[in-house]
Amino acid sequence: MRTSRIIAGLSLAAAAALALTGCNSGTPGTTGNGGDGSDQTPWTVATSVDLTGSPTFDRIKKAGKVTIGVKEDQPGLGYLDATTNKRSGFDIDIARWMAASLGYDQDKIDFKPIASQNREQSIVNGDIDFYVGTYSITDKRKELISFAGPYFVTGQGLLVAKDNDKITGKDSLTKDDVVCSATGSTSIQQIKQLTPAQTKEYDTYSKCVQALVQGQVDAVTTDEAILLGYAAQDPTHLKTVGDTFTTERYGIGLAKGDTALQTFFNNTLTDGHEVWQKIFDNNLGASGVAAEQPKVDAVG
Amino acid sequence: MSSVLYDVPGPRARLRNRILGVVTVLVVLAIVAVVVWRLAETGQFDGQKWSIFTYTGPWILLLRGLGATLAAFVVAAVGALALGFVLAVGRLSDHAWVRIPVGWIVEILRAIPVLIFMMLLYYGLPVAGVRMDPYGAVVIALIAYNGSVLAEALRAGVEALPRGQQEAGYAIGLRKNAVMRLILLPQAVRAMMPVIISQLVVALKDTALGFIITYPELLHYIQLLGGQVPFGTPLVPTAIVGGSIYVVLCLLLSYLAYRVERRTRRSPKTTWLEPPDGGEMTTATERIAVRRGAGAFDGTYQGPGI
Amino acid sequence: MDVSQLWLHALQGTLILFFAGGALALVLGIIVGTMRVSPVPVARAVGAVYVNWIRNTPLTLVMFFFAFCIPILVGPRMNSLALATTALGVYTATYVAETIRSGVNTVPVGQAEAARALGLGFGQVMSLVVLPQAFRSVIPPMVSVFIALLKNTTVAAGFSVLNLGSVALYLSEIREPGRSDNLLQTMMSGENLLLTLILIALIFVVLVLLLAWVQRVLEKKWRVQR
Repeated sequence: MRTSRIIAGLSLAAAAALALTGCNSGTPGTTGNGGDGSDQTPWTVATSVDLTGSPTFDRIKKAGKVTIGVKEDQPGLGYLDATTNKRSGFDIDIARWMAASLGYDQDKIDFKPIASQNREQSIVNGDIDFYVGTYSITDKRKELISFAGPYFVTGQGLLVAKDNDKITGKDSLTKDDVVCSATGSTSIQQIKQLTPAQTKEYDTYSKCVQALVQGQVDAVTTDEAILLGYAAQDPTHLKTVGDTFTTERYGIGLAKGDTALQTFFNNTLTDGHEVWQKIFDNNLGASGVAAEQPKVDAVG
Repeated sequence: MSSVLYDVPGPRARLRNRILGVVTVLVVLAIVAVVVWRLAETGQFDGQKWSIFTYTGPWILLLRGLGATLAAFVVAAVGALALGFVLAVGRLSDHAWVRIPVGWIVEILRAIPVLIFMMLLYYGLPVAGVRMDPYGAVVIALIAYNGSVLAEALRAGVEALPRGQQEAGYAIGLRKNAVMRLILLPQAVRAMMPVIISQLVVALKDTALGFIITYPELLHYIQLLGGQVPFGTPLVPTAIVGGSIYVVLCLLLSYLAYRVERRTRRSPKTTWLEPPDGGEMTTATERIAVRRGAGAFDGTYQGPGI
Repeated sequence: MDVSQLWLHALQGTLILFFAGGALALVLGIIVGTMRVSPVPVARAVGAVYVNWIRNTPLTLVMFFFAFCIPILVGPRMNSLALATTALGVYTATYVAETIRSGVNTVPVGQAEAARALGLGFGQVMSLVVLPQAFRSVIPPMVSVFIALLKNTTVAAGFSVLNLGSVALYLSEIREPGRSDNLLQTMMSGENLLLTLILIALIFVVLVLLLAWVQRVLEKKWRVQR
């Protein structure tokens, strides 16, 4: 009957797909980042951590795991390799370090990918415990959430096509140029205020980079650390130009008013300078970025 | 073979139809050729782009997305059916103080776009202090919208029943509640089954809106895989593969609707009312035309139940 | 750009999506609808494939294809508003085609046969007998299709088009706290997202109820008792 033929056809297709997946496994040739085995991490998992007065920590303890919001499309910072399902990057390692300081090893971490425009919402809603993903500290955001850190300082830059010689920096942008960035990011606000260029917005930077490679936009703007990751991934088509024209301080986003957790993270960052350096060298240091750990802000 | 538009074709008409047929085939082939040429020109057939599907990781991600889509859909479907019943019974109530407010609720829920509703729940409610995760926002929005559409479909089904059914129920001493429960609603559901199932297909399609409020369903993973630079950003291959999954899912559901409609058409319990179309509110003209047996309805019009 | 300008642009975006998308949907839908009722079997088959394929794909996926895949395939720089409009038009055309098909099928065959028996030519049969009757049963469902189109314009919010669906997301970039003197200004400024989204929902409810009222009026006017 027809139904049995349909079932036969579908199962044949499924079998073929399964056979295909056996052909390959692991990453296709890109350099795997560190952090493969948990006994080689720069940090150690703390034991018997007791943090009082932090609603976030109580929630973590009740759930038995840490839910961390991250990016998954920013190479070098927060990246998910689709073939191996492994996460890598500077922000990811900082997140793992923070979770370890709370006493939770990597297998107790639940990473949630959240786009820029939804970061505050997910923290306010309690969908995640904290957010580590190129999250710039701004006063506007401080109205809704609190920040621990900063743990990294960078600036806004421009990414253009390799053969583009017209754009050499922020001041060379004209009103005919289309600059792309993510909805809800500080970068897009800056470009609108500082330059006459037109803007285009997507919900992730990776879509902007795709548009750049396809020639749909002239430049992508965001923090230089992110741009360098993309340029390193596709050096034949992309390059960064110009000096940085703002200062972006990355912080760990967490629930507003949770000063206990804020202080805890700040202390971990300040006391763990060697850990920070190792994490940095593993990730961004490899692509030629030079930086040093910034001092954390006062709590509040 | 005569129809409203054309009579039985004579020899000249047959020749003309054959020529038109050939022209159509040529036009379609030309379009397909252009598409294939552009795909090849831009390197969409490169092995590198398609090789992403030879790894197990991407398939796991797609399966995860599929699971999330289905999880939202199943709960939304059940909830929408339940809400649809409640609202339909409310709208058919004899008491004006029930009927009119429920009527307004249904009209308003149908008028709000599903995405706005999702955003209202996800971005708006936390301002008032209510926590809402993306899954909840997606499911509740789908339940609200599809429930109100189903309520209208059930109401149309009940109102299209012959009055004799209701009167016979009252004549044997049943009260309104029992008449509804035992006589009217079962028949209405049977008659409107294709409409109900096609609205569920709409609900399945609307789960794809979840990615805008960060719900990690299938479309979210399609976009993630499409952006993988080591494979040359295989947007077109992932869109094709992911899109096929959606199409297969929806086709399965629609096929179910088609089978159910065929079965109810043949069943003696529903020969008095052939569902005029499979879609949303039909016009009075259509309904009356069908009841009088006028017009050649093919009964598969699915309507703009978007 | 300030808040009221942003809202104006968003409204503009929605109207362009609606009217341009609707126009494309009508044109494409009439073509496909004609193919589906034509005496040429190949045309009927092609129309059926197109309609069934697009109808079983989410609008979001169709827009994704147009927003990201079409630029790769076509080459020159394309405006996202144009891409989203085209996607909406292609998607809605299937519903327009189906409406036309079932509208044509409501006309009793006897009408057309009687007209032909009187010796009227094809053009006369269509314009004097078939289309006036078909028109009456096509317009109310067509209004439903356009109501659905209006609501679907919000889907473009996920694809970098500024419209009423995405204005709430863009407001977070230009929000200046403490600027609102009355409820309307609070709603528009994006300070309180709940109020902003309620405002957007209200705008849509008003527009949709208006169109639904038009539909009811037309339906009553053209009610046919046989």
